Amino acid sequence: MKRPVIRLLLLLLAGLGGCASTGEDGDPRDPLEGFNRGVYRFNDEFDQWVATPVAKVYKKALHQEIRSRVGNFFSNFQDIFIGVNNFLQGKFADGVNDWARFAFNSTFGLLGIHDVASEWGLEKHNEDFGQTFGRWGAPSGPYLVLPFLGSSTVRDGIGTGFDYYFAPLGEVRPIELRNTLYGLYLVNTRADLLDASRILEEAALDRYVFQRDAFLQRRRSLIYDGNAPREKLE
Amino acid sequence: MKKIAAIVLSCAALSGAFLAPVFAQEAPEVLVKGVTLEVVDLITKDKEIKSGNRAKLIEVIEAKVLPHFNFGAMTALAMGQNWAKASPEQKKLLTEQFKTLLVRTYASALAAYSEQKFDFRPLRAKPTDTDVTVNVRVIQPGAQPVTIDYSMEKSAHGWKVYDVMVGGVSLVANYRTEFANTVRSSGIDGLIKDLQTKNKSLEKGAKK
Repeated sequence: MKRPVIRLLLLLLAGLGGCASTGEDGDPRDPLEGFNRGVYRFNDEFDQWVATPVAKVYKKALHQEIRSRVGNFFSNFQDIFIGVNNFLQGKFADGVNDWARFAFNSTFGLLGIHDVASEWGLEKHNEDFGQTFGRWGAPSGPYLVLPFLGSSTVRDGIGTGFDYYFAPLGEVRPIELRNTLYGLYLVNTRADLLDASRILEEAALDRYVFQRDAFLQRRRSLIYDGNAPREKLE
Repeated sequence: MKKIAAIVLSCAALSGAFLAPVFAQEAPEVLVKGVTLEVVDLITKDKEIKSGNRAKLIEVIEAKVLPHFNFGAMTALAMGQNWAKASPEQKKLLTEQFKTLLVRTYASALAAYSEQKFDFRPLRAKPTDTDVTVNVRVIQPGAQPVTIDYSMEKSAHGWKVYDVMVGGVSLVANYRTEFANTVRSSGIDGLIKDLQTKNKSLEKGAKK
């Protein structure tokens, strides 16, 4: 696969462009802002000219019901490692819940296309390696915008590497089928986010800052499973 | 029968007179549930709103939702230390513009997600508390429920929302850096101007 090389090149190019223009506000959480803004701009162009148009066509072509089944199918595979991460964080009841979800949805839910487990009270969780590292006490490190993947931090970026490495989808053979599934997954996910990204666009004065702050807040909340100690605003 | 009804009615009237100030303070979680269900019901039944009439949706929000928000407090929180530096006139303009922006964002979110199911969580607070968080969850199949937390403060005119957290992201906190950056580079008047420009461009977009 040549793709990693291309990615790296694009990253460097985008980064150089970003470093040249300085709009530094000196946020301590974002020392690489110049570089990040470059990657952000690249991602934004890619999203505007490729990802969003494809996602829009996809959304028009397929009924909501079908798209939601596609989403469930991929979501089902993720429950395996959501469970693993819950075990790694010492949340055994949650881990068992996630694996039970996978067992029920894969069978009664017809390979996961029906989320029967949720209807039976087994709630979907949100876990990944980045959160596990955070739970173990790893600091997030500087904010980082990854090419194509978007908002991350040094810790979460490493976590994402683990997530992809272990993703069951990566084991699928032949390669053509695997790539088709990856493509479908990405397009379906982007289509799901069309409303959210439009709302973000409407709400933000500076989208880069808005997205960064929302991401950092969101990750913090996820690591505490939604019960993060409130930062007092005054 | 009539007699009993009369007694019940007069009792109700009497207790109404005495207890009015108490009852006016509808419990915060009851308020959130009532308003959410009412608004969702209104917009899912209204054909014009369903077909994308944004102006009418905003009208509904202004009538039903806005009275329960304290926009002055929200703007002050989002401004942080810069709030004290603003003149009364600037404060008024900021609050107005921020309110317009939030209402538009809220309208878009409602239009996109009103078809979902809601799960209203019981309130975990003491009856004497004057600052509470009301939790609502939006249930969506195949994904973790999205939490919406309303931070509410008790006032003389009932409970008022001063922040909304969606999926752990505080709306007010999220505007802090943006506001601080703009104030640093172009002052409070610059921020007011930015907000006005933003709102005008959104208004144009909605008319299309």
